[in-house]
Amino acid sequence: MRYLPKSPADRKEMLAEIGVASIDDLFSTIPAEYRLTRDLNVPRQHGEQEVIEHFKAFAEKNATGYASFLGAGAYRHYRPVLIDTVVSRGEFLTSYTPYQPEIAQGTLQALFEFQTMICELTGMEIANASMYDGSTGVAEAVMMAVRVTGRNAAVVAKTVHPEYREVLATYALHQEIPVTALDYTANGRVDLAKLDAAITDDTACVLIQSPNFFGTIEDVAAIAEIAHKKGALLIVAIAEAVSLGIVKPPKEADIVAMEAQAFGVPVGYGGPYCGVIASKEKFLRQMPGRLAGETKDMSGKRGFVLTLSTREQHIRREKATSNICTNQSLVALMVTVFLTVYGKGLKELGEQNLAKAHYAAQTLGKSGKVLFGGAPRFNEFVLDLGKDAETVNASLLTKKIIGGLPLAKWYPELGADASLWCATELNTKAQIDAAATAIAGKA
Amino acid sequence: MAEKFVGTPKKATTHVNQNENLIFEKSSPGKKAYRLSELDVPAVDAASLLGDAVRTDLGVMPELSEIEIVRHFTRLSTWNYAIDLGMFPLGSCTMKYNGRVNELVARLEGIAEAHPYQPESLSQGVLEIMKVLSDCLLDICGMDAITLQPAAGAHGEFTGILLARAYHESLGNARKKILIPDSAHGTNPATAAVVGYEVQNLKSNAKGMVDLAELEKLVDEDTAALMLTNPSTIGVFESEIHKIADILHAKGALLYMDGANMNALVGKTRPGDFGVDVMHLNLHKTFSTPHGGGGPGSGPVACKKILEPFLPTPLLVTKSDGKLGLEYNRPQTVGRVRMFYGNFGMFVRALAYILANGPDGLRQTTEDAVLNANYIRAKLEDTFELPYKTRSLHEVVFSDKRQAKNGVKTGDMGKRLIDYGFHAYTVSFPMVVQGAMMIEPTESESREELDLLIDALKQIAREAEENPELVQTAPHTTRVQRLDETTAARKPVLRWKAPVAATPVAVDTAAKEW
Repeated sequence: MRYLPKSPADRKEMLAEIGVASIDDLFSTIPAEYRLTRDLNVPRQHGEQEVIEHFKAFAEKNATGYASFLGAGAYRHYRPVLIDTVVSRGEFLTSYTPYQPEIAQGTLQALFEFQTMICELTGMEIANASMYDGSTGVAEAVMMAVRVTGRNAAVVAKTVHPEYREVLATYALHQEIPVTALDYTANGRVDLAKLDAAITDDTACVLIQSPNFFGTIEDVAAIAEIAHKKGALLIVAIAEAVSLGIVKPPKEADIVAMEAQAFGVPVGYGGPYCGVIASKEKFLRQMPGRLAGETKDMSGKRGFVLTLSTREQHIRREKATSNICTNQSLVALMVTVFLTVYGKGLKELGEQNLAKAHYAAQTLGKSGKVLFGGAPRFNEFVLDLGKDAETVNASLLTKKIIGGLPLAKWYPELGADASLWCATELNTKAQIDAAATAIAGKA
Repeated sequence: MAEKFVGTPKKATTHVNQNENLIFEKSSPGKKAYRLSELDVPAVDAASLLGDAVRTDLGVMPELSEIEIVRHFTRLSTWNYAIDLGMFPLGSCTMKYNGRVNELVARLEGIAEAHPYQPESLSQGVLEIMKVLSDCLLDICGMDAITLQPAAGAHGEFTGILLARAYHESLGNARKKILIPDSAHGTNPATAAVVGYEVQNLKSNAKGMVDLAELEKLVDEDTAALMLTNPSTIGVFESEIHKIADILHAKGALLYMDGANMNALVGKTRPGDFGVDVMHLNLHKTFSTPHGGGGPGSGPVACKKILEPFLPTPLLVTKSDGKLGLEYNRPQTVGRVRMFYGNFGMFVRALAYILANGPDGLRQTTEDAVLNANYIRAKLEDTFELPYKTRSLHEVVFSDKRQAKNGVKTGDMGKRLIDYGFHAYTVSFPMVVQGAMMIEPTESESREELDLLIDALKQIAREAEENPELVQTAPHTTRVQRLDETTAARKPVLRWKAPVAATPVAVDTAAKEW
């Protein structure tokens, strides 16, 4: 086997040095009746070329060469070449969690830079070194709010990504956190009057998403005011991170739970992505996950370490702030490189997304109705085509176009004709026009 | 260099000593590292479209050119130790070689660019990757059903204990407590708490194994499960595992296995065969997906038939027409633990690893991992205290008992190992061993590299006798010395801020050396 660096002679000599006759002697502690005496039922050993051919065959069974208008929590953006140049370096790719900071300063400094950029972009004072993804980040943020406030319940906008809410429900059930769903209004935003009524003395937090699942930007300041007046924290989830280049950061929030995938991470059939929690500094001790911090070494030189680990499971065990152990270091590095390449140019990238989505909404909207037009949006919009969205999509596929995501599954009140469309800098005018033409003939 | 060692090490490094400021300190207004494609639709005025919601300031976001960015991250990379540079004898972490073909196939267009909501008809390839991997993992574990959704090992534990809870609830009583041995990973008790269970500590016996009498005493109708790592964290197979399972099952409790140490078992024995009801795997340990400086991980959960109804949704299924699909309608499910389908990119890499190995390669891998650990044990048991004498599998746990007499602790020797060109072993874990030195070489190390590690540890033991201070103040060859972790925690600085006044950035004194 080509990954195994031992010759048959090595093995024989090593067994002799250990003082056993055969390799099986080393497995003697496994009771004989439980030893596997057959080969595992897995594919035979493949050569490197065969492995590649195998996966090329898998890849060819998927969509390639399609114009896609899907977003909904997984955003297609151009990935600068430098991202893979950096993360492919073995020193990053094959390094371990930086528990030995003297030989992990590369990872630690990059994480510190990541945390700084996330703070800057979100308007928060502190950020952790990443979480599994946006959905688990949201669940962890709600549990964090419960610890901070000593209150027990959550009010959650229906305009938060449905799968974020499903994950939250799984966590909340066993933490005994009651979750109240909060309606949206005709402009696709949180219903402020209902919000006020929904918050009780038991409400630890209000959870919204902005831009929300419909692509609409919420009135974060107004929501924060209502939540704060009643002593609840405001958690703002962000699924489309690129919006932060052009949309005002949710400074009024207490906690931001975001998915940074849009910053240069492949959509990759849903993962790995890069969740992150940012918050006001005063909540630091309740923050879950790893944190990189600046310090000095014995000679006074600046260096970085993982810090405040007394919050974490390997020290606190059942009293930890979370059971989370890993972060998404390498994906956070992708994000850091993306953000370094764009830097202040995130504004220009945001403007291009605005322009593409605006053009797409106008062009596609001619054949139907763009819902929730009364509020600003970023790069997604809900389109009602007056015809079953699944049917429209099926015929779009024949023209090599993947249409918007049908919403009836999660929002039956919007009907079967509504779908969520996303246009980014990757969608060309030609693609948008082709989709519009197809839809004009109802595809 | 020479005076930094007592003897003559066969392997030692000087770490690259190069200064590199934070990216923000290197930024200058007006530089750019990108150029967008020409806008082919009419430009818009952001302020008029977004109104009050428009952003005007991007604060400290950096401005640099492409070459500066490449150099910045390349220089940072040289400060990291990595498998590609040498061995990580980190017990419990399974730092094995990460095959590069895995990275290549994960980046194929139809795989990396597959959108999670693209139609199933256009996703048969990615679903097939999940299916083939699932089938492989099921046979490796001897289990009946699996979910790939959990994002990491601890997330898999969470999922597994959710399954146990749902199972007990379906029988009318969720039960109250989870038993956890004192040798367990910290994630185990933390997980039990997140799922709403009380944690009851299970003391190990004199051999560091589960104490059957104690277990029998503690297991009752309130016990939901025992979370057991097997082989245990001292690297020893629980030989009475079937009795453990019987004791639990007799009271209706389940046996959960933390699969962190599966690298000792693949192809040699199967948890499903020895009584485990539910377990998680760490694809980033056993199945070679890269650790990447702390993640992403991936923590599939495999279980017996009785727990299948409760698996998270969606579940991968083969439909009546032979096509693969995602099943959402499962009334008894515990719900979702993560959006979409899990860390898919890790499934690709794990499957590439399995294909490159085949059944013979996987078995040989396990055998080599165990051979390596036992070789280290045989060569070092005269030098270091071996608290438990039972036959080791894939890792060996020594203690610092002999060196501690001279004031040299496990943590010191771990740091000193860095000067010899290695990562530290796992320090002070498991907690059942005072001053633990936990060494897991994995199968990826040649005899030559093992001999270098053995030589280094023997020299360190000699240094502990002859010049303890040298070890206590290690490392001496790295870019930074021991860091002040106390101040880092007391006065946390978690982000960079632009200096208020024009104070010059502290000049790194090491710069003068070259």
